[in-house]
Amino acid sequence: MTKQSGYTISDSTFTFIGCSEVQEILGQQVEDEKELAELVEEVPLDSIHFHTHSYFLRHRFIERAYPNDFAQWVVMQIGDRVLGERLAVVDPFDYPNLEDLREEIISIIDDHLSRMSTIPRVAFGEPFHFKRSRILEVPTGLEARSLAEFRQAVADVDVSAIYFHMFEAHFRLGREESDFSAWIRMGLGLHELADRIHSINPYLGSLERLRSGLITACDEFLTRA
Amino acid sequence: MERDLTSAEQNGPEKEGSALTTALDDYREVSPKGTVDFLYRLSDLVKGRSVVHVSAVRYGGGAAELLRRLVPMLTALGVEARWEVIAGTQEFFAVVKRLTDALQGRDEKITEDMYQTFREINERNAKALNLEADMVMIHDHQPAGMVEHRTSGAWLWRCHLDLSQPQRRAWTFLRRYALKYDAAIFSLSGFAQRLPIPKFLMYPSIDPLSPKNREMARSEINQIVDRLGIPRTKPMILQVAKFERFNDPLGAIHAYRIVKKHHDCRLVLAGSGVMHNPEGEAVLAESREAAGRDPDIHLVQLPPEADLEINALQRTATIVLQKSIKEGFGVTVSEAMWKGKPVVGGNAEGIAAQIIDEVTGYVVHSAEGAGFRLRHLLNNPGLITRMGAVGREHVRRNFLITRQLGDFLTLLKIMPLQ
Repeated sequence: MTKQSGYTISDSTFTFIGCSEVQEILGQQVEDEKELAELVEEVPLDSIHFHTHSYFLRHRFIERAYPNDFAQWVVMQIGDRVLGERLAVVDPFDYPNLEDLREEIISIIDDHLSRMSTIPRVAFGEPFHFKRSRILEVPTGLEARSLAEFRQAVADVDVSAIYFHMFEAHFRLGREESDFSAWIRMGLGLHELADRIHSINPYLGSLERLRSGLITACDEFLTRA
Repeated sequence: MERDLTSAEQNGPEKEGSALTTALDDYREVSPKGTVDFLYRLSDLVKGRSVVHVSAVRYGGGAAELLRRLVPMLTALGVEARWEVIAGTQEFFAVVKRLTDALQGRDEKITEDMYQTFREINERNAKALNLEADMVMIHDHQPAGMVEHRTSGAWLWRCHLDLSQPQRRAWTFLRRYALKYDAAIFSLSGFAQRLPIPKFLMYPSIDPLSPKNREMARSEINQIVDRLGIPRTKPMILQVAKFERFNDPLGAIHAYRIVKKHHDCRLVLAGSGVMHNPEGEAVLAESREAAGRDPDIHLVQLPPEADLEINALQRTATIVLQKSIKEGFGVTVSEAMWKGKPVVGGNAEGIAAQIIDEVTGYVVHSAEGAGFRLRHLLNNPGLITRMGAVGREHVRRNFLITRQLGDFLTLLKIMPLQ
């Protein structure tokens, strides 16, 4: 039984927790890819989390062309599409912790730089500013005791709760699966639906698209049932 | 995006007599799903805490515009929120005007006597005002010196200025005060200077129910635009910005001429900043000269806080241009996107932070780039509609006052009580 953030996975009630983020400027900035690799190595892990995972908390509705701040910056501000593409396919959920994710990012940038004769710099674009966030958990007051209630709450809740239960719980809190699939599996005993929700990769779209995917999965299951 | 108003929309919080708690509920119509309920829950975490905001003026400027709405909202949510405005002499306000310019990189001479005036007025205000609160938020540099006399609570300095390239001596003077705060808040990462205290990022926001952004009936829009003397017979490219060099009105005219070869359109440059301002007068004169006798270029001088006029112009525009080369945050971009208009904006940090390039508009690096993108949009009316619709949703989720209210409540919770 795992207890975290005010609810217990095997409980019969799922309590939705949202979150609010305040961004903190670290005061470290870079203007080229070499400097980027150097500072990725130095900054606190919270900053790696900010520029990869909690990226989604700030892009709730519109999907950007690249799914993390590093890829977005090297393409949009430096114009290095190759490195942008390589960084874009790094899936943070493939790494057991943020340190491993940091190493992978450094390794990709270093490998890319080793093949270049000149290092591109910001010419007309903006430098990259490292940041981190302070995330505050906020109980939303919404609860679910059945799949139908769960589906309705997912539709109504502030989208930060989708982030919190799909991203924060899974990675920062060291969960193997998201709060949603864990509760559906253990609280409701619906293993097939839990597997389906577990298979949704939250890294491939906006939070609103994720919300739609969850609702669709629940609706299909409810219709069949 | 214009449409007839429903009675619910007409009863916005600007209407007299509406209870403050009702005001936040009015945002349910315009904010993302679940936001208002979330704010109520978030406020439960800070109920009963006290906060005092201090600014230099009650009217005029972004800070005052924000606090006019924010403070009643905080109060309605159970936070003991107050807003104090400092008193100063004419001499003091002349000094802080110079300091504003110097902090934004202009070459201003500030004497030791002037700095002394700053210290004295700040000390006098610190003694006169009630600054007892869990959190004291000082807006901008004018009252920043009061931190010398802090007694209780967490003190935060909310800097609305762009400090990216300040005049060294002016920043050295102000930095001594900044160091005494528990944290500083900036509108963009690039606006911040190096400081050994936590530095938070808080984007400005727009109030969708204020006169500048509320829905308007078509008849009201037309009446205002007619009054401004602008015919509604051609596609309109609009730039709303003070007549200042940084806003590049000449670049906007150059971009318009590129477009005009292929599209019969109109350019409207609307802004204030001319009265008692030699630079504004000069820039307006240069713009007039560049416009020549072209009847489709309209230079509109607006008085400060011409909210309904700006609202009506933005709703009438086909495309909004923000050809600034250096900008504060530039919430006019969000205002335009909220009205469903694609925005072609210069690559100034604040503008680029709001536009999603090629999705809600275009970020451009030259007048030619602006002309190219404007022409492309006029060639593709469907794209104008699609970008406009996405832009409105982008603003709904990122740049409404409800988001900024959440930022403040979160800060109030996470800042340790002193």
